[in-house]
Amino acid sequence: MSLENPNAIEVREAVKRYGNFTALKTISLSIKDNEFFTLLGPSGCGKTTLLRMIAGFEDVSEGAIFLYGEEIEGLPPHKRPVNTVFQNYALFPHKTVLDNVAFGLQMRGNSKADSRKKAGEMLELVQLSQFANRKPSQLSGGQQQRVALARALAPQPKVLLLDEPLSALDLKLRKAMQLELKHLQRETGITFIFVTHDQEEALTMSDRIAVMSSGELQQLGDAREIYESPRNMFVADFIGETNLLDVSVDRIESGQAVCHLDGGHALTCPAIEDVTAGLNVHLSVRPERLILTTGPDTDTGMKATVRENIFVGTDITTLVDLADGPQITVRTSNSARGNERIFEPGSPVFVNMEHGAARLLVD
Amino acid sequence: MATRSYDIKSYTGFLQITLLCLFVLYAPLIVVAVYSLNASDSIAVWEGFSLRWYADVFTGAESAKFKVAARNSFIIAIIAATVATTIATLAATAMVRGGKFRLRAWSFGLISLPLMVPEIVTAVATLIFFNSIGFERGLLTILLAHIAFCIPFAYLPISARMQGIEDTYEQAAQDLYATKRQAFTKILLPLMLPGIISGYLLAFIISLDDFIITNFVKGAGVETLPTAIFGAVKQGIKPNIMAISTMLLGFSILMVLISYLVSRTDKKS
Repeated sequence: MSLENPNAIEVREAVKRYGNFTALKTISLSIKDNEFFTLLGPSGCGKTTLLRMIAGFEDVSEGAIFLYGEEIEGLPPHKRPVNTVFQNYALFPHKTVLDNVAFGLQMRGNSKADSRKKAGEMLELVQLSQFANRKPSQLSGGQQQRVALARALAPQPKVLLLDEPLSALDLKLRKAMQLELKHLQRETGITFIFVTHDQEEALTMSDRIAVMSSGELQQLGDAREIYESPRNMFVADFIGETNLLDVSVDRIESGQAVCHLDGGHALTCPAIEDVTAGLNVHLSVRPERLILTTGPDTDTGMKATVRENIFVGTDITTLVDLADGPQITVRTSNSARGNERIFEPGSPVFVNMEHGAARLLVD
Repeated sequence: MATRSYDIKSYTGFLQITLLCLFVLYAPLIVVAVYSLNASDSIAVWEGFSLRWYADVFTGAESAKFKVAARNSFIIAIIAATVATTIATLAATAMVRGGKFRLRAWSFGLISLPLMVPEIVTAVATLIFFNSIGFERGLLTILLAHIAFCIPFAYLPISARMQGIEDTYEQAAQDLYATKRQAFTKILLPLMLPGIISGYLLAFIISLDDFIITNFVKGAGVETLPTAIFGAVKQGIKPNIMAISTMLLGFSILMVLISYLVSRTDKKS
């Protein structure tokens, strides 16, 4: 990337300590201009700490953070051209919706009339013009959320930080807001950094995702990479649902690792770095990439017995016991074709893996 | 219904105890208020409705004394409440927003201790203090003592209000380009205002009707309304005392009412 067009945010070997506790352990990552970037991880993984360090509410113990090539450490929050949508929205309860949105513009030195005019335009963008003169408490949760968004976008920040802004909304509204946020990001062209613990939300909205756990960056990539090529056990387990099986590697042949399950069944999957013959590793395979048949479709067909079918609407989840092996989960879509692959509990079946569906993981 | 048996109204003796409490609390006040409207010279015999004792307070033989005392009381209450509320607001800001500083628990103890110390002890201590530093007793000693003991009363509603204000509001303000000072004056202070008004009114009332401490630290010949009333009572209770007490009561009720209305309008918005 050239100097004229640096990254929106560059975190360079940033560390955050609280006394003896290290909340962030040497994180480095770059967030591109005009990107919808998500920090994903369970609570306590350091994602919100990192966001607050970018906003200026927490200092950086070591390392540095750059905003469009300029180091921002030491600048107080009000001197950073980034705005935050807070988890609880933090709308000023004594100000009207319009004055809430105008606040940042006014603090930046715009006249009251100018600020209100621009704030009115922002409210139009989030379709809340008719509520301009209400107090925040008179709005629903979803409307408050949109006001918080309008307020943070009004001063046209270089980067917008969103701290789990959708967690207080019900499922339907959350889905609608996910799309709205995505559209808003494209329309405004502002870089969004979104923090969430909801992996589905992250997959739906993000250009790129940084998966974090216990203060460390686990994997960085787009939704498909994170989902289909998890780099370690944590990512495989945290993102979506997966079957983790213990396998031993027999040999590596032209990029393929030939392994066998504890039960003795042989499997082949793409080799990865650090995997050599004789090693005990894990194999991750998504339930929707497994197919049940009455006879082995491929050379990876594993003997098993159906234990239980669970109807979940769009899919049917089947728990099967591998012969001499662990229990695994198979997901079949609830369609005419899929329903042909559902068998009564107790039926002997074969579990077949789609080609390239399995992935090896080292601890 | 099962829930009904938990209703407090169904407890044995609920009504009787309630009425007894109300009677003990309010009967004396009602008697004073009613007899302040008595036409009689006697405080015990009812001779018909009249406002003559109210007129007597303003024009009677003792009116000059009461006027000076009332003016002293109000001047002291206004200044003491203003100064105490300002100090209490700053103290609450430090206590609630100051994070975990050293001796925080001790600071809270120091602020609220005067509420628990018997007033007579504070009165004697304050008197000894003024004497030992050679401070001549007068209006100023009363004022200083009032400021000191009003601080915890002003502090409590302010800090209670402030604890209910999430600190994300100030963070949001700073995030939206407000300096720390602007975040305080434009966001925190308006949100604290109902607590500050309650604290001010409480301090005002406490100062206005304080007797014990005032009686100890006032100079000879300097009177506030409560000490003037006490002085008058020592020469025998006359109906004009009832009239002046009723006015003081009415004023206190008005203050409490304002305080209640302020907190209520705030909850509505």
